[in-house]
Amino acid sequence: MSVLAVSSLTKRYRRGSKPFAAVDDVSFEINPAETLALAGPSGSGKSTIARLVLRLIEPDAGRIAFEGADFLALSGAALRARRARLQMVFQDPLAAFNPRATVARVLDDPLRIHNIATRAERPRRIAALLERVGLDAGLAARAIHEISGGQRQRVAIARAIATRPSLIVLDEAVSALDVSVRGQILELLLDLQRQERIAYLFISHDLGVIRAVAHRVVILDAGRIAESGDARAVIADPQSAIGKALVAATPRLTRSRP
Amino acid sequence: MSRLRRFLSTPEAVAGALILALLAVMALVAPLLFSGDPQAIAGPALQPPFQDWSLPLGTDRLGRDVLAELFHGARTSLAVGLAAAAAALLIGAVVGTLAGFAGGLVDEVLMRVTDAFQTVPSFLLALAFVSIVGPSLGVVVAAIALSAWTGPARVARAEVLSIRERDYVAGARVIGMHPLEIAFREVLPNALPPVLALSSVIVAAAILTEAALSFLGLGDPNRVTWGGMIAEGRTVLRTAPFLSIVPGVALVLTVLGVYLAGEGVVESTAVRRSLS
Repeated sequence: MSVLAVSSLTKRYRRGSKPFAAVDDVSFEINPAETLALAGPSGSGKSTIARLVLRLIEPDAGRIAFEGADFLALSGAALRARRARLQMVFQDPLAAFNPRATVARVLDDPLRIHNIATRAERPRRIAALLERVGLDAGLAARAIHEISGGQRQRVAIARAIATRPSLIVLDEAVSALDVSVRGQILELLLDLQRQERIAYLFISHDLGVIRAVAHRVVILDAGRIAESGDARAVIADPQSAIGKALVAATPRLTRSRP
Repeated sequence: MSRLRRFLSTPEAVAGALILALLAVMALVAPLLFSGDPQAIAGPALQPPFQDWSLPLGTDRLGRDVLAELFHGARTSLAVGLAAAAAALLIGAVVGTLAGFAGGLVDEVLMRVTDAFQTVPSFLLALAFVSIVGPSLGVVVAAIALSAWTGPARVARAEVLSIRERDYVAGARVIGMHPLEIAFREVLPNALPPVLALSSVIVAAAILTEAALSFLGLGDPNRVTWGGMIAEGRTVLRTAPFLSIVPGVALVLTVLGVYLAGEGVVESTAVRRSLS
């Protein structure tokens, strides 16, 4: 059974007076321990889909089934409780945290809200989470703005896995990192997926990264699905115009083709 | 420490801080220096200042010690000014945060209530409130807060509207945080700096409003206030002008001190912001 099944998802906005669909009749599924990539140019609706799936914004039409249950039917306390299973990592790790927060507080919040550990247990759990993402436990006392971008994104991942989710939405999660750090973070994500069987909805415009981590890819164009399929196959031989354009825009991919 | 040094780097801030420090000392030592009732008769009526050194600032119409009244008046002015400003900032920050964060109908209702309060002249509102409920220190504080919370509410709402779109608020929702906790723990603390910048204006206005209420006889009758002293002196303005001038100068200096110190704080934090 799939972790997440999205069908006919539609979200319309108004641009001036005329409405336009940011997401138009989009359907896809993600299986446990699978990485599904959403690719597409800016404005193709990738991030809108992420926000719809996380119920940060409400769709105009369509269904979202999460772990087999209707996710759109939830509200209030039931929705907040369910959110433990569905987490997110943002693009800009600095903007994703309260500027006043410390590392410990950022990791304490999910443990406290979902009653995962008692107050006395939490410092130990926080240290374990930090070690799980390859950080020193001593970092807990530091302020968020005092640590480096790569460390911050590791903290964001630690926060996302704190509640043992079955799906993490990664919205351009490695795009703001420099190349050497990006590789380490991708390694960490793959490692977590292998061990915890977490599924990823991996949103990126970088086909190189997608080919390295994703099992399947959905290519979006102006809110619609242009094509989808096995990540390597689609990137090696895109069928849609937008897929071809995206591959052509990534020089090292065209060069590496046999 | 460097923040304090930056605060004290302008002469205005130093002057403001000195005035406020003096005022605070006056308020603190008043019951020690003038342990008796400041409203008790201490000497002959209408004695001019600098004549008798046991009564340095002379006496008023009823023979009360003006210096003792001045010191005890500082207590009232400071207490009312700070309490009213704190209450106004608290109400304003909470209302503004709720309106900005909740949006929709809650926002509409709260902001129309704010409009309603803002359309009534604030002094008139305070005047009406005290005349209906009756003059006591608590009522005066409430009346002033009631007429001063709208400014902070508007500033807080504007700030919250921009903060609530940030990623970390979305992040707090994603981990399942309760909306009230997001509003008051994640959003409000980050919306506070511009709201607090209003505090010096509000404290100064509160001190003046309290003095004006007392001048009109609507202050707490059991407490000496500078406004009340000016009102007392008004009847003998020609023969004993010092009775109005002394508390009047104290009032002007206090408000000036609050403004200058407030300006200094805003200045020094502005520098800190631009540096970081």
